[in-house]
Amino acid sequence: MKDIIVLDYGLGNIKSVYQAIKKTAFENKISAKVKISNNVSDLDSSSHIVLPGQGAFKSCMDGLKSIPGIIDTLKQNVLVQKKPFFGICVGMQLLAKQSYENGKHEGLGWIDGEILKLPEKKLKLPHIGWNEVILTNPKNIFENFINNDYYFVHSYYFNCKDKNNEIAKTNYVIDFSSIVGKENIYGVQFHPEKSSDQGQAIISKFLSL
Amino acid sequence: MHKIRIIPCLDVNNGRVVKGINFLDLVDAGDPITQAEYYSKNGADEICFLDISASIEGRPTIIDVVEKTAENVFIPLTVGGGIKSIENINNLLKAGADKVSINTAGILNHKLIIDSANKFGSQCIVCAVDAKKIKDSWKVFSHGGTINTGLEAIEWMQKLQSYGAGEILLTSMDKDGTKDGFDLDLLNLATKSLEIPVIASGGAGSSPHFKEAILKGGVNAVLAASVFHFNELSIKEVKNYLKEEGIKVRF
Repeated sequence: MKDIIVLDYGLGNIKSVYQAIKKTAFENKISAKVKISNNVSDLDSSSHIVLPGQGAFKSCMDGLKSIPGIIDTLKQNVLVQKKPFFGICVGMQLLAKQSYENGKHEGLGWIDGEILKLPEKKLKLPHIGWNEVILTNPKNIFENFINNDYYFVHSYYFNCKDKNNEIAKTNYVIDFSSIVGKENIYGVQFHPEKSSDQGQAIISKFLSL
Repeated sequence: MHKIRIIPCLDVNNGRVVKGINFLDLVDAGDPITQAEYYSKNGADEICFLDISASIEGRPTIIDVVEKTAENVFIPLTVGGGIKSIENINNLLKAGADKVSINTAGILNHKLIIDSANKFGSQCIVCAVDAKKIKDSWKVFSHGGTINTGLEAIEWMQKLQSYGAGEILLTSMDKDGTKDGFDLDLLNLATKSLEIPVIASGGAGSSPHFKEAILKGGVNAVLAASVFHFNELSIKEVKNYLKEEGIKVRF
């Protein structure tokens, strides 16, 4: 039985993520308990951790920090115990060392990189809609599930410093990392919970870890 | 490559679809979830619910509809109609809406756009603008297109952008319901004047109309209602046509 925690820190459309995971587990016959929580003991007893995120980087980081002990608990569970971790949208961006969205802000720093603004003027911002996710690192768990369209909503992107941590890229004026990964840590810039069947295929792969 | 979005819009009254698909033998054609699922499986890139409940009693039903839809449909969902407060927005987003569409309330109270974009992020704030050409320029109408606010449409949309709107849903009142194509001049002027995405609405009648809105109007999303509901066109048909014309679509 997988014990999946969707971390609730007051930001983002958490329920959609929760519903998509539940539905994916059910349809793929993965025995899983899914819970929305911000409780440190729930994190400790979990098997998988999902970090959603919407809005500004700083408000997401502040939201995390406002829960006493949550960042240390996350570090213990993800970096030490190596539980599978999945960041979505700003939840993925929080993995970076820093973000330059409205000033300079520190992130969790688990994957070397920084959050920068997509180039302005050439195309509309935010980058809203379905776009192709192209595999750049063939040896990873999502291997068979990409080169498909996923739903994006963002103006800032993850600039991966170590290309070994980039699993897939997407083009919108420039190429940016749309999936990053390092050991047990994964992050996607798009919204798998809003990307129909292709999104559920990625969630299912994460749940099978 | 980034894909063009095709968005069907369903009118919901007291929790029931009153303007939706009516060509199929759906078990319950009035059920918003059934309709949203149908469209999701048949090529829609997003779904839009427009709550037209006139009564105060009808309002809370949309929350229930959104909740049930979000349990079953996994593409983005926008909900509009009668949104007046941060609390309304919060309730809809909590229920599972991805975006809300604000029209009259934003005209009456600009701060609602600023505050909601700050609180929830621009990505979930769609500003709907109903525009009608009077003499040489387009004016903004409020209250479901009944009141001329006197605002210049292009200036107003630029203001909405500066207030934090993430997208503009632009309806041409002159073209709405005519099925003879979008107001390309309006769309073109809007997309040239704005940095945020514009969703075209009003006038869809054939596949070439979608192409014109994209290529001549410059939009990257198109919303339509009746033309899909009455099966005059299917989303797949439109997408096949666009693909042949060299426009990137998602299948």
